[in-house]
Formats: sequence, structure tokens, C-alpha cells
Amino acid sequence: MPSEPKHIVTSFEADLKKLHDMIATMGGLVERAVADATTALLTRNPDLATRVIEADPAINTEQHNVEQFAVRLLALRQPVADDLRHVIQALKVVTDLERIGDYAANIAKRSIVVNQVASGFALSGLGQMALLVQQNLKSCIDTVGELSADKAIAVWRADQMVDDLYNTIFRELITYMMEDARNITACTHLLFIAKNLERIGDHTTNIAELTYYAITGENLPDFRPKSDNTSTYVHNVDA
Amino acid sequence: MEIASQRMSTQAAFPAPFAQSAAGPVPRVSIRNLNFYYGTTHALKNVSIDFPDRQTTAMIGPSGCGKSTLLRILNRMYDLYPGQRAEGEVMIGGQNIIDPGMNLNLLRRRVGMVFQKPTPFPKSIYENVIFGVRLHEKLSKAELDERVEWALTRSALWGEVKDRLHSSALGLSGGQQQRLCIARSIAVRPEVLLLDEPTSALDPISTLKIEELVDELKQDFTIVIVTHNMQQAGRCADQVAFFYLGELVEAGPSSQIFTAPRERKTQEYITGRFG
Repeated sequence: MPSEPKHIVTSFEADLKKLHDMIATMGGLVERAVADATTALLTRNPDLATRVIEADPAINTEQHNVEQFAVRLLALRQPVADDLRHVIQALKVVTDLERIGDYAANIAKRSIVVNQVASGFALSGLGQMALLVQQNLKSCIDTVGELSADKAIAVWRADQMVDDLYNTIFRELITYMMEDARNITACTHLLFIAKNLERIGDHTTNIAELTYYAITGENLPDFRPKSDNTSTYVHNVDA
Repeated sequence: MEIASQRMSTQAAFPAPFAQSAAGPVPRVSIRNLNFYYGTTHALKNVSIDFPDRQTTAMIGPSGCGKSTLLRILNRMYDLYPGQRAEGEVMIGGQNIIDPGMNLNLLRRRVGMVFQKPTPFPKSIYENVIFGVRLHEKLSKAELDERVEWALTRSALWGEVKDRLHSSALGLSGGQQQRLCIARSIAVRPEVLLLDEPTSALDPISTLKIEELVDELKQDFTIVIVTHNMQQAGRCADQVAFFYLGELVEAGPSSQIFTAPRERKTQEYITGRFG
């Protein structure tokens, strides 16, 4: 905590900083994976997509490193209060980060297939959604470092825009599929890509919630503003 | 199992001194605007706190913060020293116990105390336990025997000493001696049990035995424990009170104090950032 006095035991202070740095490192890897996967999709770059897929195990390794270090801190230092909350946050945040890494790798895999089967789709909607997701993810990971509760709330709220874009893309892709059955393969993959981005947004809000808890000791409300309504969407063929 | 069945029967023979309130924990001790002075030194400043019935309250804080002073007020130990005085209200069972008219012998029967270092008398185990009882009650030999067994069973020592009740208490280990002191305190069936760093002179296993005992005893007694061991406060106490420079900074459920303390000073102290 930058505004707090330092711990009397300097090695404990150093351990907490190390845990913090490890999350920042892992966050950086995950941000990079999402950015590269998006670029690979939008620029039709299978080599970059392959690199994202190959980089995913490094994210998993980083997760295990953080978990081991956090468990060691719990066992040896018995942290309490904000120290305890930050260790718990670290343990949970890495699970969300790892999952975001998985989604990025999945986007990369699907981008290779999309590139092979389709060429004519405008991907600007997905591009816009991906950009927003990346911005939120970056703000979120910065928030972990800056310990700003206000910024955590802003990220938590911002996911609603991602949902709105997802709804639009969902409808758009269904329309493409109805227009021409040959679009179904590509559109299905694009639909999954959009869903992956939407899920990355959700995990980002989880991280924001954990960060808010770590900073304040309080939970954000259980209800988060959401507008993803694709789960109940029915396309009316007669319309 | 044998011990457990004995506990059941002795509990029946000596029912808990006070009926459990249906409305949840009520304060057994209620302190309002308490000030304490060592001569001209103002050691406790306007402290107000409740100790809920049949719950454990741990008092934590750096040395000199006033927590032991507060403990010493609860059984008027300070009366033994000139120049020390308390002002305010410390209500136990409807009586302000710092009132000058308070009968101190009676108070000390109602508020027992165990100290940092075990303080057995150089007498037999049996005589140690029964020492206070003899001062306050006239009991037959059979009743005394029963009380000794009850107190030693409740303090988890009966099984270890039942075959040598008449040998010297000084032959017991440190942990056993401390449990004997607890047995001696509860033998007079007090309302409140004060523990002043009761495990700081004990090894880790003896410490855990005392902590287990605190958990058991709070079914019958209101316990106030002063400890420098943060984990111990977390493990033992329902409520934790943090004192600093003679003031009560914060009191709350131990789960709240150790996960999300309200006061910055509390956070700095319990996380080891003080100073």
C-alpha cells in the first residue's frame, strides 16, 4: 500500500511487493495474448495466432507460481486485514487471468479457421468490441497496481457497453447465417469469438470486484449492470 | 469419552450460574466512560465497551496501551496500590463495581483472574483448587470433593491429576500449573474470568490446550483475555478490542477486525506496520 507505513518486517514487505509484481507480470502476458489474438483475427495473421496459442502455457505456469507464492505467504506470514485481502485477491485474480488467457488462445485458434473459410465479412463490430474489452482489461490490471477503488468501480460498470456490442454482433451474425447457409461455419466461429470476448469482459469485472474488496474490505453489490440478452434472443424468421 | 461423560454429569451437578438469555448474548460487563489514573498519569481515557455474556473478548494493543489496566479494574486489583483511581461506570450484574461501597471479597469471587505466569500456591493440587471455595462457602467434604473434580474437569486437568490430588501443585508442568490456576479461579464459580496473557509463558501445545479450554469455558463464563498474540486473539475470541495510548480504538467481531478493520490504526497494528 503506497499510502500506508511500511511493515516492520522488511522481508514481509518485500514478499507482498513480489506477489504484486508477479500479478502485474501475469496481467501483462494476458493483455498481450488478448491483443495479439485480436490482431491475428483482424489482420488475418495465422502466424501471430499460432504464437498466441503457443504462449498460453506460460500464462498457466505464471498462475501456478503466483498460487504457490501466495500459499507460502499464508503459511509463513499469516497475513491479516488488508494484507490478507491482497493475498486472497492474488489467489483469485490469477484464476480469472488464466481463464482470460484461455479465451485469447481460443480466439486465436478460431481466427485461423475463419481466415481459411471466409473472406468477405466486415469484422469492424468485433474489432470495436475487442478494443473495448482490451481497454477495460488494461484499466483493470492497472487498477490492481494503483489500488484505486474508484477505478475498479469504473471498470466494473464499463462492461455493460461490451454486452451491448455483443448483442449487436450476435444479431448481425445470425442474419448472415440466414442469408446464406455457406456462412454458417465462419459465422459460428465468429459467434464463439464474440462470446469469448464477452466472457473476457466478465472475468475483467471479477478482477475489478476482487480489487475493490482488497482495497476497501467491502464487496461490490451482487447485482452488476448487464445487458447481454442473447441467451433469450429468438430470431423471428417471418419478420 | 470417560472425561466427556464426567463433564456431562458434573455439569448437571453444577448448573451454569446464569440462565442463557433467549435474545442472544447480552452484556455481562458494561463499561461506560471509564477513566483511570496512576497518580497524575491518565492511563485509560473515556473507555466504553460491553463484554457479552458467555463470549470471549480479547484485548490487544501495544505495551502500555491500557489493556491490562482495564483488566485490573474489573476485579479492583488497583485498590491494592495507593494513588490509583478509576472514574466512570463498570456495571457487572447491575452494580457499578468501582463504587467505593463495593464488597471486594464478593467482587473477586464473581470476577476470577489468571495471570501471565502460573501462580500455584505451595500446597497440594486439591488445596489449590479448593482455596477460594473455603473462603466463600461452607461445604461438606463430599461437596468439596465434588467441586474439586468439577473444576479440574472443566479445566481439562482431571484426567492428568486425579490420582495425585494430594501431591504438591509445584510438581506439575507449566501448562498444567496454568490449567490448575484456571481450575482454582472457576472453582468459586465466578461470572467473569479474566486471563492476563495466560499462555505467554507456555509451549505451543500447552498454549493450544488453554485455548481449547477457553472455548469450553465460555459456555459457562464470560471471558476477557489480554494477549499479545494476534493469532490467539483471532482463534479464541468472539470479540476483539484494540487499545492504543489509553483509548479504545476499535472493538468488533474478531472476523471483522482481522479481515477488514474499520480504523487505520488497528490495521497498522495488526498487520505489523506500527511505528
